Amino acid sequence: MSGPPAHLAPVGGWSRWQRSWWYHAVVYAQTWRGSVVGAVVLPFLFLLAMGVGVGHLVAHHHGKVGGQSYLDFLAPSLLATTAMQLGSDESLWPVLGAIKWVRTYHAAAATPLEPEDVFVGKLSWVLTRALATSIIYTAVIGIFGALHSWWALTLPLVGGLVAVAFAAPLITWAARAQSDGPFVTYYRFATVPMFLFSATFYPVSAYPAALRPLVQIAPLYHGVALARAAASGHAQLGAIAAHVSVLAAMGAVGVVLGRRAMRRRLVD
Amino acid sequence: MSERGQGGAPVVVARGLTKRFGEFAAVRGIDVTVRPGESFGFLGPNGAGKTSTMRMVSAVSRPSAGELTIFGLDPRTHGPEIRARLGVVPQEDTLELELSVRWNLEIFGRYFDLPRALIRQRTQELLEFVQLADRADSRVDDLSGGMRRRLTIARALINQPEILILDEPTTGLDPQARHLVWDRLYRLKREGVTLIITTHYMDEAEQLCDRLVVMDHGTIVAEGTPRELIDAHSTREVVELRFDDDGDGDASGDGGRVARLGDLAERVEVLPDRVLLYVDDGDDVLSTVHREGIVPASALVRRSSLEDVFLRLTGRTLVE
Repeated sequence: MSGPPAHLAPVGGWSRWQRSWWYHAVVYAQTWRGSVVGAVVLPFLFLLAMGVGVGHLVAHHHGKVGGQSYLDFLAPSLLATTAMQLGSDESLWPVLGAIKWVRTYHAAAATPLEPEDVFVGKLSWVLTRALATSIIYTAVIGIFGALHSWWALTLPLVGGLVAVAFAAPLITWAARAQSDGPFVTYYRFATVPMFLFSATFYPVSAYPAALRPLVQIAPLYHGVALARAAASGHAQLGAIAAHVSVLAAMGAVGVVLGRRAMRRRLVD
Repeated sequence: MSERGQGGAPVVVARGLTKRFGEFAAVRGIDVTVRPGESFGFLGPNGAGKTSTMRMVSAVSRPSAGELTIFGLDPRTHGPEIRARLGVVPQEDTLELELSVRWNLEIFGRYFDLPRALIRQRTQELLEFVQLADRADSRVDDLSGGMRRRLTIARALINQPEILILDEPTTGLDPQARHLVWDRLYRLKREGVTLIITTHYMDEAEQLCDRLVVMDHGTIVAEGTPRELIDAHSTREVVELRFDDDGDGDASGDGGRVARLGDLAERVEVLPDRVLLYVDDGDDVLSTVHREGIVPASALVRRSSLEDVFLRLTGRTLVE
């Protein structure tokens, strides 16, 4: 490999995917205002209304949900839900837009960056956002008094894992998509039902036995279960391993397919 | 920018370069050699295969067949190294519309892994070079088409490329904006930057290119300097005649008139809106036309251009 001419040195020493990560960070830093309401304020209001409000009602009638106060039960699931939402919102329209409409990913592919770097840069940016949002969330849940274990310190990691588990396959999808039409369908028929029915608001035992497997194949279900385990500190190791495996597998498959999809899309 | 002469090893060599998309062959085995410091053009109509060629020469799209080296390196194995030394101005600007002019350059500087202090310094220089220094903090969304084009050129120069690749650099710009872009490109050329340009404007090719190839249907149909191409494929001058009487029932008809004109010229081209006479002395032939009693609505004598070369080689005009 022949070295670059002298006038290109000195270099900043960033690896290629990190440069793409930085691009996404800059775009966010310059345009973040619109996203804050959806990502932070709404879930906070939700926690207040459902966790505290409905929680009082629950306490009056039955006392506990799954052995916990309703707030303790609900708060971690909202963290997982928010991570899913963030992983979805960042990965569909923004990616298709950067490929098809404003074509900024094509601009990146004309520099030393490879399409795989663009994919990894985007995914690592989603992870960054999910970690940051989850840290804020964990603090808010703590303020509400719904954390009961040192394991709660792993809640941001749960949020990051859930976001990547969704983002990796969704970026792949966007990298292959010709139009944004089906994206709306994804929200209507995937994220909304998962938000409502992934044992988010009541335990899976509330479902008839026949429906439970259906709930348990929803990716969000595993994120909710992990978050709840982290916040309470009560869990079986086997169950944790299973939840982590499902989400990690989604992320891994997404990374393998997504790197390829991005290359095919940007290079030909 | 560092001194780079005309001599030295070729910076781009393509042999039998081919690009296929499924069944469709966009580029069909072309041979091209670009030398350092020269300004090389691909002239042809839309769909001739220019953009596909440029994307391969930019070390982005992979050749389907044939050989390609850029700076002596194989783009299949050394893509990032090659692209670090190129600047690319794509047909569409691909700028980040929500961000300021400055941030657009900063992102690109980072893509090339330049240290931040260097990016800042070059941003200032480049914005002055493309006359956008006073718009550094404007959002790209608020810029005119000509300004965006200049910003895209500045962006492509952030890494001080040895080759600047421009795909239709002035398409869609008004005449004033075009001349400003051309002026900046001359300056780069004087500084020794190799320019590779596609265009479907013959005046642009004549203005900017030392040497060019004419492409049609994915193949190269002619190659040379603009002068050589005109000398080889056209006459010195052209008489353009417009008639507003065709189809009004004149018994002699258009065919009769063309036949009579054909005796006066080396070659006659009948276009929908005008008739072109290829001749050596335009004024002389025009006065003969008048003496013959043929009365055009308007007449123009001009020098032959690459447009005429293209018409001769392909039977079609460049811009429909």
